[in-house]
Amino acid sequence: MTNYLIEPAPHIKSNATTQKIMLHVIIAMLPAAGASVYIYGLRALLMIVVCSAACVVAELLFEKATKRPRTINDLSAVVTGMLLAFNLPPTLPLYMAVIGSLVAIVVVKQCFGGIGQNFANPAITARIVLMLSFSSYMTTWVKPFFYNMTADAVSTATPLVSENGYELFDLFFAKSGCIGECCNAALILGGLYLIVMRIINPVTPLAYIGTVALLTFVSGGDVTLQVLSGGLMLGAFFMATDYATTPIRTGGKLIFAVGCGILTFLIRNFGSMPEGVSYSILIMNILTPYIDKLTVSHPFGAKKEAKKE
Amino acid sequence: MKLHSIKLPHFKASAEMPTLKTLSPSKVVISMSQHGGVPCTPLVKTGDEVKTGQLIGSSEAVISSPVHASITGKVTGITDVINIAGKRNTAVIIESSNRQELHESVKPPVINNRSDFIQAVKNSGSVGLGGAGFPTYVKLNFDPKEARIDTLLVNAAECEPYITSDYRAIIESSRELINGIKLIMKYLDIPNAHIGVESDKVKAISILSDLCGKEQGINVRRLPSSYPQGAEKIMIYNITGRILKEGELPMSVGCLVMNCSSVIFISEYVKTGIPLIRRRITIDGNIVNKPVNIFVPVGTQLSDIIKIANLRKQPSRVIFGGPMMGSSVYDPEMPIMKTNNAVLFFDGTAAGTEPSPCIRCGRCVRACSLNLMPTELESAYDAKDTERLKKLKVNLCMNCGACSYVCPAKRNLSEKNQLAKIMLRNGG
Repeated sequence: MTNYLIEPAPHIKSNATTQKIMLHVIIAMLPAAGASVYIYGLRALLMIVVCSAACVVAELLFEKATKRPRTINDLSAVVTGMLLAFNLPPTLPLYMAVIGSLVAIVVVKQCFGGIGQNFANPAITARIVLMLSFSSYMTTWVKPFFYNMTADAVSTATPLVSENGYELFDLFFAKSGCIGECCNAALILGGLYLIVMRIINPVTPLAYIGTVALLTFVSGGDVTLQVLSGGLMLGAFFMATDYATTPIRTGGKLIFAVGCGILTFLIRNFGSMPEGVSYSILIMNILTPYIDKLTVSHPFGAKKEAKKE
Repeated sequence: MKLHSIKLPHFKASAEMPTLKTLSPSKVVISMSQHGGVPCTPLVKTGDEVKTGQLIGSSEAVISSPVHASITGKVTGITDVINIAGKRNTAVIIESSNRQELHESVKPPVINNRSDFIQAVKNSGSVGLGGAGFPTYVKLNFDPKEARIDTLLVNAAECEPYITSDYRAIIESSRELINGIKLIMKYLDIPNAHIGVESDKVKAISILSDLCGKEQGINVRRLPSSYPQGAEKIMIYNITGRILKEGELPMSVGCLVMNCSSVIFISEYVKTGIPLIRRRITIDGNIVNKPVNIFVPVGTQLSDIIKIANLRKQPSRVIFGGPMMGSSVYDPEMPIMKTNNAVLFFDGTAAGTEPSPCIRCGRCVRACSLNLMPTELESAYDAKDTERLKKLKVNLCMNCGACSYVCPAKRNLSEKNQLAKIMLRNGG
C-alpha cells in the first residue's frame, strides 16, 4: 500500500525565499558598488570584497563552533558585508575592515540569535565601533578620482564640513565620503529597484528624507546639501529598511523614519559630529520594539478586551 | 477600509471542460459523519440490499444531517474509518450491483410553506458544500422574530487555485442557481440576494447577469480576484460593508451565506427529490495531464479516482479540497465526502525546503485579511504564552493559509495558529 505525505495546509507556497530577497538587495547595491569602483578605483572593490568575504567566513565559523545550522546560503552575510564596506572610507586599512566585519556578524548578529533576531543593524553598529576605535582613519576622506591625482591633492573634507561650497553635479554623481555613499544617483536607482520589487516599503525612505528636508527648510538650511550629502540616501534606502531592526507595520515604519529624520537633523546641526545617520538609525533600532508595541493593529471584527484591574 | 488579500496563481485549467458524467465505482465507503455536528447512526446492516437515494443513516440530534446510499448494491460491512479530519467514525460499505436504480422513497417533496421547505432541506441531507459541511437546514431554520435576515449571500467566489467545481456548477446549472435563490428568498422571506463572483470569472458573471436582469432583488457582485474572497467574513464585508464581530454568526448582521453549489443542489432536490449523494469534484494538481471536473458518488474511494486521474507520475501528495485550505490524505482508501470539491495530486513537498528563521519581513502581516500578526502569534505559541495568544486574537484566525503561503522563510504560520487554538481550547 502506498501512503502519501502529510503536510499542513497550505499545500502550495509562493516562490519567495529569504535567499531571493537578499539577492535582490545585493542587485540593488550593485549600481552604487560600481559607481564607487569608478570613483575610488580598485581600492573600493577590494574593501567590498574583503568585508563580504570576512562576514561570510565569520558566520560560517561561528555557526560551526556553536553547532548552529548553517545559514550562509541565505546571502544575508554578503548583504551585511557589502553594507559595512559601503559605510567605510575607501582608504581604511583592511585589517580594520575585517575587525568591523567580525563585530557585525559575531557580536551584533550571531550573539543575538542570528538572522532576524538582532536588534541593531550589524553594519551600522560595526561602523560605529570602528568610528570610536579608529577615529582618525574613519574620518580621513579622499577626493573622488584621487587615484589620478598627486599626493597632496588627495585628502578632503566631506561637503557637510567643507567651507568651500559644492557643485550640485558632484553631489549627485560623485562626492567624497564613504564607499557606498559617493553616488546618490546610483543609490536612488538601487532604492527604486527595491521598491519596484516590493522588497522595501517606500514609506521609510520617503519619510526619512522628507523629514530631513522639511526640518532643514523650516530652519533655513540648505535643503539640497543636507539631503544629498553624508550617508542619508544610503541610510534611508538600505539601512533604515532592514527587516530585523525596524518596525514591522507601515505605521511603525513611518514613526521610525520620521524619528531617524529628526535625529539626523539634530545631530548634524547641534551635535559635535558632522554626520548623524548611523547614530539616528541605531537609536531608532533600539526603540523598534516599543514602536511595534505602539502600533499594534486591531484585528478585523475583534471585540475590545474588557480592562482587567 | 480595504482588507488585505493576496494574489494567487489561478491554475484553473479545468474551467472550460464540461463536467464528465458520474463515475461508477464498484464499492463506496459512506461515512456516517459527512457534516458538522452529531454523526448519524446506520439504519442498515451487513447483507442488506440498498438502492440509490435510500436513507441509510440518521440522527435525532438537532445539528446533524441524514446520509443516503449513493449507489445501488449490497451492504458488505459496517466499519470504523478514520475520516479526513482525523476522527474515527462509522461507515457503511456498499458493493455495487449491476443494476442501478432509485429507491422508492425518492420523489419530489411537497412544499407549501416555510416549515415544509426547511423539512425538505433537512431530508435532502444537504450540508454546506463550500467545505464547512454545516447542516444546511440548521442554518435556514432561524427564528424570523429574532434574526432579521435581509440578505442572502451566495458564495461563488471560488478563490482557491485549481478548483473549478463551483464555476462549472454555475455555467452548467445557472437556471437552477437562480431558482434555488428564489426558493430561499420566497420561503425564508429574504428581500435581497447577492451572488459574489470573482471578477476574473467573466463568463459566469455574464451568464448570471443575464438571468438576474429579469429577477427582482437578485444581484451579481464582482469581487476582487484575490484570496480569500470566499471567506464568509470577508465576503459579508466586501458585499454589504457589515462587520462580523468575534464569535458572531452571519445572522447577527442580517446575512445568510450559502455556497452556490449548495443552492443549486437544493433547487435540484426540490425538483427531483434525489438527496445529496454525489459531488462534482475537480481533479487537478501539478502532475495531472488532463484536469477535469467529474461527478462522483459520495463514498467513492481515492483509489478509484486515481484510476481515472491521468497522472504523469506517482503522486507524493494528495489533497482533498483546495491547495490553500484542503487536507493531505495519506490513505489511498480515503472516501469522498459530501464536502469534497476537489482531489489534487502533487509531487514533491509544498515548500521544497525546511523552514528557516523568520526575517521579520512583514509579508505575513500584510497578507492577513483579518489584520492578525502571524509572526508574533507563532512566537507566542512557541513560548506557550496563552495570555499573549488570546490578546493577539488567535481565535479569529480562519486558517486561510495566506501567511504561510507568502512566507519567504517557509514557516508553517497558519498551522501554528490552529495548534494554538487547540492549546487554548484545552486550557493551555
